[in-house]
Amino acid sequence: MPILVIAEHDSAGLKAATAHAVTAAARIGGEIHVLVAGSACSGAAQAAARIAGVAKVLVADAAHYAAQLAENEAALVVQLVQGNAGYTHVLAPATTHGRNMLPRVAALLDVAQISDIVAVEAPDTFVRPIYAGNALATVKSTDAVKVITVRTTAFDAAGQGGAAAVEAVAAGPDLGLTKLVGRELTESARPELAAAKVVVSGGRGLASSENYHRLLEPLADRLGAALGASRAAVDAGFVPNDCQVGQTGKIVAPQLYIAIGISGAIQHLAGMRDSQVIVAINRDAEAPIFQVADYGLVGDLFKLVPELTEALG
Amino acid sequence: MKILVPVKRVIDYNVRVRVKADGSGVDLANVKMAMNPFDEIAVEEALRLREAGLASEVVAFSAGTAASQETLRTAMALGADRAILVETAVELQPLAVAKLLAAIVAREASRLVILGKQAIDDDAGQTGQMLAALLGWPQATFASKVAIADGRATVKREIDGGIETLEMPLPAVVTTDLRLNEPRYATLPNIMKAKKKPLEVLTPADLGVDVTPRLQTLMVAEPPPRHAGIRVADVAELVAKLKNEAKVI
Repeated sequence: MPILVIAEHDSAGLKAATAHAVTAAARIGGEIHVLVAGSACSGAAQAAARIAGVAKVLVADAAHYAAQLAENEAALVVQLVQGNAGYTHVLAPATTHGRNMLPRVAALLDVAQISDIVAVEAPDTFVRPIYAGNALATVKSTDAVKVITVRTTAFDAAGQGGAAAVEAVAAGPDLGLTKLVGRELTESARPELAAAKVVVSGGRGLASSENYHRLLEPLADRLGAALGASRAAVDAGFVPNDCQVGQTGKIVAPQLYIAIGISGAIQHLAGMRDSQVIVAINRDAEAPIFQVADYGLVGDLFKLVPELTEALG
Repeated sequence: MKILVPVKRVIDYNVRVRVKADGSGVDLANVKMAMNPFDEIAVEEALRLREAGLASEVVAFSAGTAASQETLRTAMALGADRAILVETAVELQPLAVAKLLAAIVAREASRLVILGKQAIDDDAGQTGQMLAALLGWPQATFASKVAIADGRATVKREIDGGIETLEMPLPAVVTTDLRLNEPRYATLPNIMKAKKKPLEVLTPADLGVDVTPRLQTLMVAEPPPRHAGIRVADVAELVAKLKNEAKVI
């Protein structure tokens, strides 16, 4: 029962999300193969080979995988699944890359996709959040091949120390359907939001982009934290879209989540409610965020946040 | 160019859902329903393209029970020209909806399909990509800006690290993210007018599509509850709690 895990990578290196998906694959049970599809991606392939529990790394190295576009990559995955290996499961982390590409694979294989699983009950039965995480559905697949995206915060990262074989596989067709014009990636020296141990997150209460950066960055620096935001803060242009935590943004589950000036809409709570410890700072004592916060501090964030930064110094 | 816009009737985003005591699902009885918010953005984008002279017609689509007619009337009140409902009592999963849409696209000769990136009920986020796959079309998911010119679409997409821009020939599938546009509200005269717009009702059998669910829901449960903790009086107490009690700093 071999399982194919789609690597999340930037060619040079592997993203942490991959190791989380490998853990989900291990829960299902079976030989784990990781596919690295890219161009000049041996760095990512070598890193995948070191993940504990991986039996084989398949590398499809071709120019038409450089941009990691869904159409070409899905065609490659389908080709591998329909080959001789007999894959019973295809897994990808539920990142924007996985969420974009994998449903295409499922449709081409004429199978359902099981999105965003948080637990494996059996090789054909999985738990996934619905309604912004306000309910958990246990679903059983009747399809021959299970196509699954994995919520990375629900599975620990697989360890290191593996020595998997790295094998080149033939590239699939270049469908030439889409062209990457460019990427504007947010440069940051801070930890990646989805993987950070501490997240400092700001909302509408900060009132401006200037306040967001002036108040939150020093606090995040003290804590070695990633910066997050509510939808309201992103919509208002305080920070770029990739900072959004919530049902439709990033799902985070850090050891410590500090929500500052965030009221706590259902959609925001969906993205952070699995954090180990939640701190809320808000001037509105009735804000819903306090219903999930372990430690609530009611007051003026413009005074309290600098105080907190100072106290942590 | 005809644009097809699928819309889904879902629980209103402000409603707090309750899981049924028998674990069979979520209680939808007497709950306020509305158009999936991402689909409102899809309708808006299609209307703007038509208003810019880039599309000739905007056709709204939904699948489900007769109650979805209400959602289609909303789409037409916003400005869609007409609507198609595929009526069925079967629980529809994304693959089945994508197959229904593929059949409609062939029938309507649509050149662009704009969908919400996910529905806020099942949070699956699959239908647009599946439709693109079934049609062999390019896809631009999680769109925050769409430009159409000379038979090509240029789309900015929200990705984990920032923004990416793709270019593709039409026909294509686009799925909407939150910041693509600000949807308009339906005016009363338009709501009245929408009642007279054509709404065609089909069945899955009319389109030759098997909509049998592939996933069986065994149980729906409440997530483990997260209880409110304590209020701290000041920053000093907060820091002490984080250090000594929670031990996270």
